[in-house]
Amino acid sequence: MIDSSSTIGHVVGINGNMIIVEIDEGSVVQNEVAFVTVDDMNLKSEVIKVVGKRCYLQVFEDTTGISVGMKVNFTGNMLAVEIGPGLLGGIYDGLQNPLGLLENKQGFFLQRGQYKDALSREKIWKFMPVAKVGDKLNAGEWLGEVEENFITHRILAPLGMHGRATVKEIVPEGDYKITDIIAKIEINGKIVPLTMFQEWPVKKAMKAYRERIYPEELLITKQRIVDSMFPVARGGTACIPGPFGAGKTVLQHLLSKYSSVDIVIVVACGERAGEVVELIHEFPEIKDPKTGGSLMDRTIIICNTSSMPVAAREASVYTGIALAEYYRQMGLDVLVLADSTSRWAQAMREMSGRLEEIPGEEAFPAYLESRIAGLYERAGLVTLHNGEKGAVTLIGTVSPAGGNFEEPVTQATLKVVGAFLGLSRKRSDERKFPAIDPLDSYSLYINQMEDSLNRDLDKDWTSMINRARDILKIGSEVGKMMTVVGEEGISLDDLILYLKSELLDFTYLQQNAFDDIDCAADVERQVSDFKLLFRALTSDFSFETKPDARTFFTALQDKFYQKNYYTTDSSEFSKLVGEIEESLASGGSHLV
Amino acid sequence: MFKEYTRINNIIGDIIELEAQGVSYRELAAITNSNGDTSLAQVIKIEEDKVSLQVFAGAKGMSNRASVRFLGHPMQVPYSQDILGRIFSGSGEPIDGKPPIEGAQENEIGGPSVNPIKRIVPRNFIETRIPMIDIFNPLVESQKLPIFSTPGEPYNDLLARIALQAHADVVILGGIGLKFDEYIGFRRKFEEGGVMDRTVMFVHTAADPVVERLLVPDMALAVAEQFGIEGKRVLVLLTDMTAFADALKEISVAMEQVPSNLGYPGSLYSDLASRYEKAVDFEGAGSITILAVTTMPGGDVTHPVPDNTGYITEGQYYLNEGVINPFGSLSRLKQLVVGKVTRKDHGPVMNSMIRLYAKALESKKKISMGFEKTETDEKYLRYAELFESRFMDLKMDIPLNDALDLGWKTMAECFKQSEVGIKKDIIDAYWPK
Ligand SMILES: Nc1ncnc2c1ncn2[C@@H]1O[C@H](COP(=O)(O)OP(=O)(O)O)[C@@H](O)[C@H]1O
Ligand SMILES: [Mg+2]
Repeated sequence: MIDSSSTIGHVVGINGNMIIVEIDEGSVVQNEVAFVTVDDMNLKSEVIKVVGKRCYLQVFEDTTGISVGMKVNFTGNMLAVEIGPGLLGGIYDGLQNPLGLLENKQGFFLQRGQYKDALSREKIWKFMPVAKVGDKLNAGEWLGEVEENFITHRILAPLGMHGRATVKEIVPEGDYKITDIIAKIEINGKIVPLTMFQEWPVKKAMKAYRERIYPEELLITKQRIVDSMFPVARGGTACIPGPFGAGKTVLQHLLSKYSSVDIVIVVACGERAGEVVELIHEFPEIKDPKTGGSLMDRTIIICNTSSMPVAAREASVYTGIALAEYYRQMGLDVLVLADSTSRWAQAMREMSGRLEEIPGEEAFPAYLESRIAGLYERAGLVTLHNGEKGAVTLIGTVSPAGGNFEEPVTQATLKVVGAFLGLSRKRSDERKFPAIDPLDSYSLYINQMEDSLNRDLDKDWTSMINRARDILKIGSEVGKMMTVVGEEGISLDDLILYLKSELLDFTYLQQNAFDDIDCAADVERQVSDFKLLFRALTSDFSFETKPDARTFFTALQDKFYQKNYYTTDSSEFSKLVGEIEESLASGGSHLV
Repeated sequence: MFKEYTRINNIIGDIIELEAQGVSYRELAAITNSNGDTSLAQVIKIEEDKVSLQVFAGAKGMSNRASVRFLGHPMQVPYSQDILGRIFSGSGEPIDGKPPIEGAQENEIGGPSVNPIKRIVPRNFIETRIPMIDIFNPLVESQKLPIFSTPGEPYNDLLARIALQAHADVVILGGIGLKFDEYIGFRRKFEEGGVMDRTVMFVHTAADPVVERLLVPDMALAVAEQFGIEGKRVLVLLTDMTAFADALKEISVAMEQVPSNLGYPGSLYSDLASRYEKAVDFEGAGSITILAVTTMPGGDVTHPVPDNTGYITEGQYYLNEGVINPFGSLSRLKQLVVGKVTRKDHGPVMNSMIRLYAKALESKKKISMGFEKTETDEKYLRYAELFESRFMDLKMDIPLNDALDLGWKTMAECFKQSEVGIKKDIIDAYWPK
């Protein structure tokens, strides 16, 4: 895959980041990578359309200075990522250039035409062989392993090979660089030497597993409204659409920090650079409770922010998912967070416009839906050939124009994802965070995971949750009614239902991302907190008057709220729980 | 060395097309019309020997025999210390009656973006003495933040007021489609405020050619970048970015691009982002803060220009009916300074006061519909009134800490401790005795 083809061509047209190239000699492959030479720079580009002797290339860089006649060298290879040990903790651009190594004369700016190896060629890894001479391996099966930042990184048989290979030689345990030959295999009568790294074309799904299976386990995010109300399954998919400023990115960051997974891949796709900077500075300082390392040790950041080249933005999402698929092949649990898939879709739209393709709705290309579906389909829970399980969970944000979910990207995404965490402008304006709309959002996984939830959390979990959702719905209806008929127009019982729904919303669904304790609720705490709350929601109260009911609930709500700011082993927590129990036992007559 | 051509094939809108060789993408050309008028133009498309250029002074009155001379480089802007205190037109010519800058270094505009890992996390609070900003949506050095305004609001006054409060080392004004009076208004205020000698102005007025608007943000930001690298804290003011976006639209229509929404090109988001993302806090050097104005056509925040802007910028101040509306306004960087640089009670006060005001508006609405006033409503109504007069009124001019104290006072005048939804330890420390 590494050798370059002999095809060359020259530029005949330039339109934004698209160039038209005429082939001088040789053949051309759709989606192959080519380099256009400008002064002393070679700019990376990708063939996206071939018409006779002409092909259309999207350039992954600023095209200023390109002129007719400039030489183009084709590589014959599709756009690919390097996969092997050394990815974790990495900060890459959309084409997997390590941003830390891109230097230039001023130091501050990303000069074009600079490409660096994604994986260090110098670093030494302690390789442990797992396969033995004579073993027969499928693509992606484990040859050996190295320790990479607290995880066991498996070295895989070539992912792209067809059929089974026989191990002919394998090196003993010892120190190796990723470029050293660590094994030789025989495949279709040919002996192939292997190193610890390979390349994978990003736009192709990696399928070196036995089968895909039905996701039935909860991915714990420590966000109450997500885990309890709209859970996402390990190996599932979810989208977070919302107008600007509603909290998509903050929620993604919370998910990247607190989710219980082995590896997190953050794809900052066409959004603000500043947000990534916060992660880059914060993650090395936060401890990963699971490994004792830092959060950065389990994280890969793909960063193609909004002022970076648009074509590379399109690639960045694929780069992220391909790396996730790679770690899934090791039997690991990987979470991919893409913020924002709308920017990725817009990158496709810009290119489609330059290619003068027939536009669909809002000028998006007709293949928008199939591309979105194709991306989310790469997530999933799989059984590997050796019986181990691995998962890729994909959660993407969507940035709908005008905050209107009826637009093409949101709609196409909703058709393929398992959970819809829709953010509401109204809730974010009222500082109700996370601003997930509890009435509009849904998760198909709550049914899919019913057995495991009722087994692992509480035997009545799903029925309690459904009951709570009903209370929210009724509460909201009562609330709406009150705006029409006033508080005097509704019954005391209805008012109580309304106050219960407010209690649930304010003290459970809302969660303070910026408080050290409230920011993350582990699942045991969610279960115990919810059960106490559920008692309040289902208690019968008897009040004399509506103001009595309001006064009681205001006080109760404050107790539940204050409780969120203490750890369960603190005396304040026990005191508050005691007071809540007392109030509940009194049936409303007792005010604490 | 510079090739000159005198045969223009097509003139479409403000775009001209001609046959030329050896031209490179985004190269600049000098155009001299047969009547002697001159303009700069930039290559925006090349197809074999067919070259399309956008003419900054517009193509009105352009002869197809005008001379087109390619300059061999993209658009540049001069930079030297002498640029401070100077005023330039939208095409970069001095308009203050002084001579051109001598011996300046020429920098290409629209240069590459900052390597994300060379940015630092912003951390300096900029006190504006406007409570709606300082308490609820504080401004942070290196932030990019527009004022979203309904047309006709005093947005440029607000912009100038914040600019003078910000105490930046260098102020750069990019005026796009400014009314002449507004331009003079800025100049007066900057002179009175004593900042004119650390200011650079690029002024495109409403009377100037539309395409020239496209240059203003890039020139302003390219100069800002140089000062920033030198360690200066630079404040860039861009007003009105909707006029900039409209120029993008005109070019895209003339290029027959398929529009995505209301005639704006599909690249609007990227086009705006590449400008706003120039806001930065450089590791080991200065910073660029961008305050902009985005007027909302018809007051509609879902219009493509404010909508795309809102996705790009780090919040917005929503100016409507003479006040900064607490809903719809946002500072995305607030959590970097609130309670960290500012007082510990800042976060809780900010959140609770807004939440209470939201509830107060519900009560207001209810009562306006003729429903009975409950005891609870009474409290909220009183709160709403105090909130509007003590905080929302743009005349308020007080430091943050005074505003926070006033916040506690206001909450205590209207509510019980258990009603404000604030953590107990903060209540204990700050609730007025
Ligand atoms: N969970 C949260 N808790 C508290 N504040 C939040 C939360 N989510 C969002 N915010 C506030 O809203 C702002 C915008 O959120 P952000 O995630 O950047 O929006 P989006 O990505 O949807 O445009 C944040 O800067 C923060 O001030
Ligand atoms: Mg965001």
